[in-house]
Amino acid sequence: MTVRVEIRGSEFDPWVELSRYQETLGNQGKYGATAVFIGTMRDFNEGVRVKSLVLEHYPGMTEKHLTEISQQAIDRWGLLDTMVIHRVGEIRINEPIVAVAVWSAHRAAAFEACRFLVEDLKSHAPFWKREYLAEGIRWVEKTTPG
Amino acid sequence: MAVTVKFFASLSERLGRSEEVIKPKGPLTVREVWAAVVADEPVPENVLIAVNMEYARPDAEVSDGDEVAFFPPVTGG
Repeated sequence: MTVRVEIRGSEFDPWVELSRYQETLGNQGKYGATAVFIGTMRDFNEGVRVKSLVLEHYPGMTEKHLTEISQQAIDRWGLLDTMVIHRVGEIRINEPIVAVAVWSAHRAAAFEACRFLVEDLKSHAPFWKREYLAEGIRWVEKTTPG
Repeated sequence: MAVTVKFFASLSERLGRSEEVIKPKGPLTVREVWAAVVADEPVPENVLIAVNMEYARPDAEVSDGDEVAFFPPVTGG
C-alpha cells in the first residue's frame, strides 16, 4: 500500500503525476479500478468573475490530515494505493487545484473512497481560498455544495 | 510552560497576528489559551481549533510545548 500526499507551490499536470506514480506502485496486476478527481480553478464563484486565487494552508497539519484520511480510506475500502496532490499559493484560471486518485480491485470501492477523500478534504483539510476579483479581494467563506 | 498559538486566514487578518508564544503557569484549556491572547472577545462560534495539528474542542486541555491553532471554516479542494 502506498499513500502519497503532496502540497505543491507551483502548477502541476495531474495526468503526468498519475501515470508516473502508477508506474512506481507495487500492486501491479492487482488493481482493476482507478478513480480520479481533479478540481480546477473556475473563472466565477457566487455570481462574480474571479481573476485568480491564493490558497493558504496550515503547513504540517494539512499533510497530517490528508495522510490520516488516506489511511482511513485504505482501511475502510481495502484500497491498494492513494494519491492526493493539492496546490497552494497563487492559482490562475484553468489550473488544477487538487488531484485525488485511488486504486482498488473493484470500481465500487474506488468511486466511494475517492468521493470520501474529496468531501473530507473540502470540509476538514486546513486550506483557505482568497479570491482576487475585478473589484477587490475576498476570503471564500464556504465550499460549494457537492 | 510554553504554548505556541497560531491563527490562519481571515481570522489571522482580522486579529492582526499569526503566531505567538504564551507562558502560562500551569495546564489550561483551549478556551483559556484564546482568552490569554485575545482579551476582548470569546472564541467565535464558527472558529475551528486544532491542538498539535488535530481537531479539538474549546474545553480540551493544553500542556507544555503544545501548539494551538485557531482558524475559520476551511475552503480547500
